[in-house]
Amino acid sequence: MFRRFLVLFVSIITMYACSSSEETTPIITDSFDRNAMLINIADNIIITAYDDFSAKMIALKTAGETFTAASNQTNLEALRTSWFDAYKTWQHVEMFDIGKAEELQFKFYMNIYPVTVTDIEENIANGSYDLNSVNNQDAQGFPAIDYLLHGLADTDVAILEKYSTAENNDNYRNYITTVLNQMNRLTLSVVSDFKAQRNSFVTNTGNTATSAVNKLINDYIFYYEKGLRANKFGIPAGIFSPTTLPEKVEGRYKNDVSKELALEALIAVQNLFEGKHYKATTTGVSFKDYLITLNRTDIATSISNQFNIASTQVQTLENSFATQINTNNTEMTRSYDELQKAVVLLKVDMLQAFNISVDYVDADGD
Amino acid sequence: MLMKRLKYNFKEQTNAAPLAIFRLFFGLMMFASIIRFWANGWIEKLYLVPKFHFSYFGFSWIKPIGNYTYLLFIICGASALFVAIGYKYRIAIITFFLSFLYIELMDKTTYLNHYYFISIVSFLLLFLPANAYFSLDAVVRKKQYQQIPKWTIDSIKLMLVIIYLTAGLVKINTDWLFRAMPLKIWLPSKYDLPFIGENLMQQNWFHFAMSWSGMLYDLVIPFLLLYKRTRFVAFLFVVFFHVFTRVLFPIGMFPFIMIVSALIFFDAGLHNKIINFIKKYVLKSKSTLLLAPNFYFPKLQRKVILSLFTVFFAIQLLLPWRSLLYPGELFWTEEGYRFSWRVMLMEKAGSTNFKIINVASGTYFSVNNTDFLTPFQEKQMSYQPDFILEYAHFLGDHFTKQGHKNVGVFATSYVALNGRLSTRFVDEKVDLYQEKVSFKHKKWILPFQSEIKIKGI
Repeated sequence: MFRRFLVLFVSIITMYACSSSEETTPIITDSFDRNAMLINIADNIIITAYDDFSAKMIALKTAGETFTAASNQTNLEALRTSWFDAYKTWQHVEMFDIGKAEELQFKFYMNIYPVTVTDIEENIANGSYDLNSVNNQDAQGFPAIDYLLHGLADTDVAILEKYSTAENNDNYRNYITTVLNQMNRLTLSVVSDFKAQRNSFVTNTGNTATSAVNKLINDYIFYYEKGLRANKFGIPAGIFSPTTLPEKVEGRYKNDVSKELALEALIAVQNLFEGKHYKATTTGVSFKDYLITLNRTDIATSISNQFNIASTQVQTLENSFATQINTNNTEMTRSYDELQKAVVLLKVDMLQAFNISVDYVDADGD
Repeated sequence: MLMKRLKYNFKEQTNAAPLAIFRLFFGLMMFASIIRFWANGWIEKLYLVPKFHFSYFGFSWIKPIGNYTYLLFIICGASALFVAIGYKYRIAIITFFLSFLYIELMDKTTYLNHYYFISIVSFLLLFLPANAYFSLDAVVRKKQYQQIPKWTIDSIKLMLVIIYLTAGLVKINTDWLFRAMPLKIWLPSKYDLPFIGENLMQQNWFHFAMSWSGMLYDLVIPFLLLYKRTRFVAFLFVVFFHVFTRVLFPIGMFPFIMIVSALIFFDAGLHNKIINFIKKYVLKSKSTLLLAPNFYFPKLQRKVILSLFTVFFAIQLLLPWRSLLYPGELFWTEEGYRFSWRVMLMEKAGSTNFKIINVASGTYFSVNNTDFLTPFQEKQMSYQPDFILEYAHFLGDHFTKQGHKNVGVFATSYVALNGRLSTRFVDEKVDLYQEKVSFKHKKWILPFQSEIKIKGI
């Protein structure tokens, strides 16, 4: 009897040891092809968006160089256009908080708003600063450029004076250059790293806290909830505070772009969900297909519908969210509510259907 | 004849080895569990990081004690080890029971049926002569008892039988048996398991087979373990079942605890062989102790323990069914869900957000849950009504203290259960700050609206 138990004991250990080997990552193909989904997302969405964004960043940097070389109205206008172009494309990139982007805290160096104006002005006055410092995350990126191009003074003439005749005009010009260089350097690093990692990304199809599918989905939902719903709508609309905070809208110095940026972000979010290729009409394998394969067409269509409803509601808003909040905040909170409904569908229904191991909850279950 | 069979002989003595082995393995498992818990960083993550803790009703005075929480775990782990070797057993098991209970009562976010199992088994062990045989205590007193009252061992068997049977009975419901829920959600997501992930785990019939066999397993296994001729086969089932669930689900040490617990059903021959094996190869000792034939409880003590156990088992039999006293769908309201061996029956998730409304002026703002809760707490809070209410009261107190006037706390909540679309969970018009925390039915939980009802036990 005892010997039988020993044999049994050894075989359990072996069985258990074999089953929990995680080193090998074979490409998994069950009823749903996660590998195909990751390929579609990596090649047709992430990399194409990254490429476009890199190009826009280079154009922005060049426009910056032109402007700092000759700080006149024409070059200012050109730089502003480039800034907005790149900022819009950024909305397609921010949600990919993976690999190098996560490691470098890419989004924190690119798009923390509102900026702290005193930090920027002190940096400029001192002439020496370390943009890699976490303390300076709110003094760089798109919001800093927004301030430098639109917020330094009330009129363009006065703004241009800062770069040409004001006391430390060279420091102002240098700051633009340094911020743009920093943004470019980070972008290059993130983009080239993702391309290098592309193959391991698309084959990393397991269901563990660190696998590509799980991380991508977790980051996606986190971005939608925090980066889009809260930052662009909830916080400025005063959802989380006793009073409204219109100064916290995205692109506040340019002022009339917060809606366009938010809509762009919403398009990016919906496109990823539906597997739609970046800047194209073709679609590939997506989260939505995954839901449909799991017989959850109900969730899949609910999410698409809710995105459409939210988008329609957002389109009714003023171009400047600050103006919207100050004149009729009810419409702003209504938009927030519609966006929030999609949070429930993504976070509760979709995550439940996928049964994703959530990265932050690793305690035992029953 | 029948009466004779039903009559239980409390005077009967039996070999002490099974209880000694149970004590040894239970202690070792507990020690390993504590080490594992610490090594995973869960002490910090679950007890030190959170600013707010969810308490069991009436136990809000039990909270983590800062860095001393580590000391608590050291005490718990050390006492488990003392239990295992059977040294100063009575003090050790009391210390273990109290420290473990304290840990469990600190925050109900971490409630698991197997922690409850450990609590009640260690409660039983408080009163059992588990150090009578093969223990350091026996070496110290230079005497070990070969025979102990049979009911002491049987009490543990009875506990296991109650657990298995209850767990089996509560699986008899339409979601589990006819929709194969929640296994239909969980199993396909194990697509990355070697060999079976891509095929077996994806099969509809397999989900149903697992559901039905899980139910049958729980209902049948106690009898197969009790009956001598089926015992070994039953044990094979126990091992297979628990190892398989361990592979599929993140359930920590529990399967191993259940496997070694099931050894108690075997006759003493096996346990004595294990003891001899340990003596020969682990302890390498040949010393033999003076054998005293029988351990008896003093008469009064025996009487007290037996009456205590009677009450205890009556509670154990009834407690899982207290949910019948509540109206509404149990899986939805979870009133009477805990402590009832309802294991793996639900895949439930929610999203619950709170508004702090000045009820006089109507102005409001929303709460960012991450300001107060860890992601794990938020996840648990989002679909469990007692959590929602406790948190609402915490928020009300917090914002009143901050100087807000006429604070009312209102929740917007959506919950999805076993593959149904999420629906509203909490009545948004109810000021939860005014709702009392109690065991009474919570009227502010909206009725379960899905057309796919759950019928069964």
